[in-house]
Amino acid sequence: MFEKIWAAHEVVPESAETPAVLYVDLHLIHEVTSPQAFTRLRSRGLSVRRPDRSLATLDHATPTDTQQVFGGVPIRLESAARQIAELERNAAESGIELLGLRDERRGIVHVIGPELGVTQPGMTIVCGDSHTSTHGAFGTLAFGIGTTEVGHVLATQCLLQRKPKALAVEVRGKLSRGVGAKDLVLAIISQIGVAGGSGMIIEYRGEAIRALSMDERMTVCNMSIEAGARAGMIAPDETTFEYLRGRPRAPSGADWDRALVAWRQLPSDKGAAFDREAALDAADVEPMISYGTNPGMTIPVGGNIPMRDDEAFLKALRYMGFAPGEAIAGKAVDIVFIGSCTNSRLSDLRAAATLLRGRKVARGVRMLVVPGSQQVKRAAEAEGLHEVFTAAGAEWRESGCSMCVGINGDTAAAGRYVVSTSNRNFEGRQGQGARTLLASPVTAAAAAVTGRVTDPRELMA
Amino acid sequence: MQAIRRIRSRTIVLPAADVDTDQIFPARFLTTTSREGLSQALFADWRFDASGALQPEFVLNRTESTGCSILVAGRNFGCGSSREHAPWALHDYGIRAVISTSIADIFFNNALKNGLLPVLVDAETHLWLLAHPGAEVEIDLEASTVKLPDGRRAGFPMEAFARHCLLHGVDELGYLLSRLPAIEAHERKPARHSPA
Repeated sequence: MFEKIWAAHEVVPESAETPAVLYVDLHLIHEVTSPQAFTRLRSRGLSVRRPDRSLATLDHATPTDTQQVFGGVPIRLESAARQIAELERNAAESGIELLGLRDERRGIVHVIGPELGVTQPGMTIVCGDSHTSTHGAFGTLAFGIGTTEVGHVLATQCLLQRKPKALAVEVRGKLSRGVGAKDLVLAIISQIGVAGGSGMIIEYRGEAIRALSMDERMTVCNMSIEAGARAGMIAPDETTFEYLRGRPRAPSGADWDRALVAWRQLPSDKGAAFDREAALDAADVEPMISYGTNPGMTIPVGGNIPMRDDEAFLKALRYMGFAPGEAIAGKAVDIVFIGSCTNSRLSDLRAAATLLRGRKVARGVRMLVVPGSQQVKRAAEAEGLHEVFTAAGAEWRESGCSMCVGINGDTAAAGRYVVSTSNRNFEGRQGQGARTLLASPVTAAAAAVTGRVTDPRELMA
Repeated sequence: MQAIRRIRSRTIVLPAADVDTDQIFPARFLTTTSREGLSQALFADWRFDASGALQPEFVLNRTESTGCSILVAGRNFGCGSSREHAPWALHDYGIRAVISTSIADIFFNNALKNGLLPVLVDAETHLWLLAHPGAEVEIDLEASTVKLPDGRRAGFPMEAFARHCLLHGVDELGYLLSRLPAIEAHERKPARHSPA
């Protein structure tokens, strides 16, 4: 599949002297990694070559506080307000469509692409964000780039790339009850390691992958970068097509029929060769949680922190305030964050709400629920999910990256424990000195209810 | 971009594996619209304590690190976010090369585009460098070798086009722009896998 998409986008093939010139079908843009690219473009007297193949939104530094988004209250962080204003200006000057602050289609860049149907099988998609791998769930070649490359795409709609290697990750069998896509991808990362996919594109395959919904496939592909792989992909199938059918920017009518014919040709041919292969059994995966400071440091919620004595491991545990060999279940929790491009879609909110319904967030615990997009927010409200969250005592906020990256003002204080549905538990990621425990939406909701790390299956009827 | 041929310096050694870009450039400094002067934020949470005072034991803060332009890092350096602020901050601080056994893909690419040389050496050379902080090392980009103080040389891989750009101080955009006719021709072809 990867080879087919690569070949269809090669403008100039690679040679010993030069990398391939690779065509980019869709360039997604946000406020944090784009300003310097537009500045550089201007200083070289260049303009945006294909604004029609670009789509911009506001998510990373954008407030999730309703008053600041809709209530006319000024954006509290001045630097964030400047970045937002700068993207508004850059988009307007270059003719790029911006789903702006109060646009009902705004949201996290990796949530809105699929939601609007702009993400389609067989495409190449890039964005100045490492979680661009999310879009690979649709059988697209999608990866994160730096700001210099954002400038290259703005100016030429192309990138210079050497062809990466391919890693197949096969997931056999079926996931058990109470175990979801987040648990699966955390298990994959802990098996292959945080650099296990370096220099590679991962193709996820097998029975358990085929059984996942699109939301779940996005969760898996999203965290490919956490295994060191720039991109993760899943072959498109009927699940993919059903998701896309009728989306506002998906093809329609005769175009849809033509698209289907093309998309059905994308999956890897039988016997396609991979540079490396890995496999695991879905039945072995349990609800997972991280205990350390990288996404490879995860264990089953019912498990114990490993016994190791190397300095890096002990440093991570010191930061977390944990000791080798301890059980992770029962650890006290201060904040629960449901959100991020990993787990903020409607099905994630439904899963968390199912567990929270009729229950309360434990005393002393702060819970934030941040939908991935304004459309996710409205859809959740139409089902009454917001009432479940607010009745439980959680905050129901506007969409954005929020406490996943902590640059919009949504942060945790030093020493606090955050059970988070996001993707990175790096030191300081959610605030200076804050301690992150990565988990699925149901495990996060269970922690909110008990105020402790809890196996969600204990609270499921 | 300045041309690079040789980098000769004593090394700073940061042996930790999996140093992510959130450590190199903490996220709270990302709401900048500039790419200049970012060294203030470099390793901010390791260089400074919560009150902003220097942490004297952190390697960058030791007197012997002053003026060093080569960083020897643990494996998988620069993992995590795609933020180019990480190589910008390192370069602004005066670092011109990072030596490791593995460097995360996006960081590696971003470094190349900013005159920060990502140098991958064999495990034996790496172990020697980790064990000898402050060693005087010479990186020869044209020959793609790292010369240790005892005269031993270790080769490192460097993609041909990136080497060309670094040696001549040119960026890749000029080359991409020179291929515009091919790009336009590609756009005229019917797309094979997308209906657009």
